Amino acid sequence: MGDVLVIAEYQGQRFPKTTMVALHAGLELAKKRGGNCLAVIAGDQLDGLAADLAKYGVSKVVVLEHPALKEYLADAYSCAISAVAKKLGAEYVLATATAIGKDLLPRIAARLEAPMASEIVAIGEDNTLIRPMYAGNALASIEMDGPFKVVTVRATAFDAAQPSGSSAAIEKVEAEIDAGAGRMQFVSFNQTKSDRPQLTEARIVVSGGRGLRSGENFKTVLEPLVDELGAAMGASRAAVDAGFVPNDLQVGQTGKVVAPELYVAVGISGAIQHLAGMKDSKTIVAINKDPDAPIFSVADYGLVADLFKAVPEMVEELKKVKHS
Amino acid sequence: MKILVPVKRVPDPATTIRVLPDGSGIATDNIKWVINPFDEIAIEEALRIKEKQGSGEVVLCSIGQQSWQEQLRTGLAMGADRAILVKSDGALDTLAIARILTSVASQEKPELVILGKQAIDDDSNQVGQMMAEMLGWPQATFASKIELSDGKCTVTREVDGGLETIAFPLPGVITTDLRLNEPRYASLPGIMKARKKELKEIAVDSMGIDLTPRLRIKTLTAPPKREAGRKLESPADLVQVLHSEAKVI
Repeated sequence: MGDVLVIAEYQGQRFPKTTMVALHAGLELAKKRGGNCLAVIAGDQLDGLAADLAKYGVSKVVVLEHPALKEYLADAYSCAISAVAKKLGAEYVLATATAIGKDLLPRIAARLEAPMASEIVAIGEDNTLIRPMYAGNALASIEMDGPFKVVTVRATAFDAAQPSGSSAAIEKVEAEIDAGAGRMQFVSFNQTKSDRPQLTEARIVVSGGRGLRSGENFKTVLEPLVDELGAAMGASRAAVDAGFVPNDLQVGQTGKVVAPELYVAVGISGAIQHLAGMKDSKTIVAINKDPDAPIFSVADYGLVADLFKAVPEMVEELKKVKHS
Repeated sequence: MKILVPVKRVPDPATTIRVLPDGSGIATDNIKWVINPFDEIAIEEALRIKEKQGSGEVVLCSIGQQSWQEQLRTGLAMGADRAILVKSDGALDTLAIARILTSVASQEKPELVILGKQAIDDDSNQVGQMMAEMLGWPQATFASKIELSDGKCTVTREVDGGLETIAFPLPGVITTDLRLNEPRYASLPGIMKARKKELKEIAVDSMGIDLTPRLRIKTLTAPPKREAGRKLESPADLVQVLHSEAKVI
């Protein structure tokens, strides 16, 4: 009992920060529940990744290689990973709430007939887990029972695992995939082209809202600030709904949750749904012409100004600071 | 094509949510209840598929108390053909909800189940995926585009870093993301017609499903409040404090 199986997601030949967060949370959960933390990696030709994964303090790395696992698809992955969880007797199956984590883990929960806690932000005592509800307006302390439990963790709520100095055993396991599971087909992935850091990994995030008024203004007004700061670009739901920018930039309850060192909200009023996605940022800056905008209630530094004047001025000031 | 759309009743997204002092739940007085916004998108998509194909049936299903009829009637007024209310008073976890909906789907035999990617009250984002597994069907979560042809469904999904397209043969489960469509408002004739549409009630106890909660909320607490900081006079001041005080740039 108490063992935790962490699903290690990868991008090409590297692990994103979100995977390191899952490992950290998995190690913490295993320690609190008196079990071991194991990691599973699924796909095709995984030797290099598995060796890398073994360095982060887990007690074992399980490798699932199968042609059907080459591209991530929920049905085949659910079969294969649930089978591993059963075989190892892992009490918890855990992953970060990335797009894949959110897609896959409920399916695994159903297969294991297990309860699931989504996007936990802390591991409590007395077998409890803490997760936000109602767009972050309430924190629930929850309890689950049964032989299996499924958990996704919020990427911003835990640190990243560090190399432990030793290397865990790597075990290759035959992937069990139902004959009926191959019905989903991967067709294509259309990557958003950007030289900027990823939203969920960036040290600085600059987000724009409806105040920007157009997609064109995102390019001409906001992007110079984003690039001067070396930041990732985000947006409010209002800006996404208005079609200014693609949805994968959306920060908020139904988009991405970020907690960078610096978050700059430009022309964002600060609806509760947006605050849910950024209020754990270390330093928050708000630029808005409405002095009563709710965004100022969470901002460390506020600037009541017309963004079309203030943002270009800020870019100039930043250049001065950089060269001083 | 028959499409089943599970619908949840949630507090209006504009409502201020207050946690009760004893931590047992949220204050429900003065709450306006609405269809979960993502489920509204699901109803709209089902209606558009039916309209495009020129035939079919859109069936709504909710699990809750008598008062949930209100939201089902709204969905019927948007244009859905009939509705099922599975009556239940007790607290149900996502696993139980998925089991009930799976049982309804097994009876109704739709070719598609379309539902919201998450309910904006508990923010779990689980039920669609659980149903897909229980039914043994393919799933396409976070859909921003759905195309149907010759019994095959092609779905564009909003994932990290871009858009993914997957395809599967019907039947399947799809969960909706924001940009899939903009839901219509119920028209006055729609509201009139909805009164006469079938709304069947089923007692959850009669379904023979294990509903024992495996997940319980012990307490709710209000999250720590972030204090407002200070206002600055100019962009130059702002850059200065970020540099020398907050030391983030």
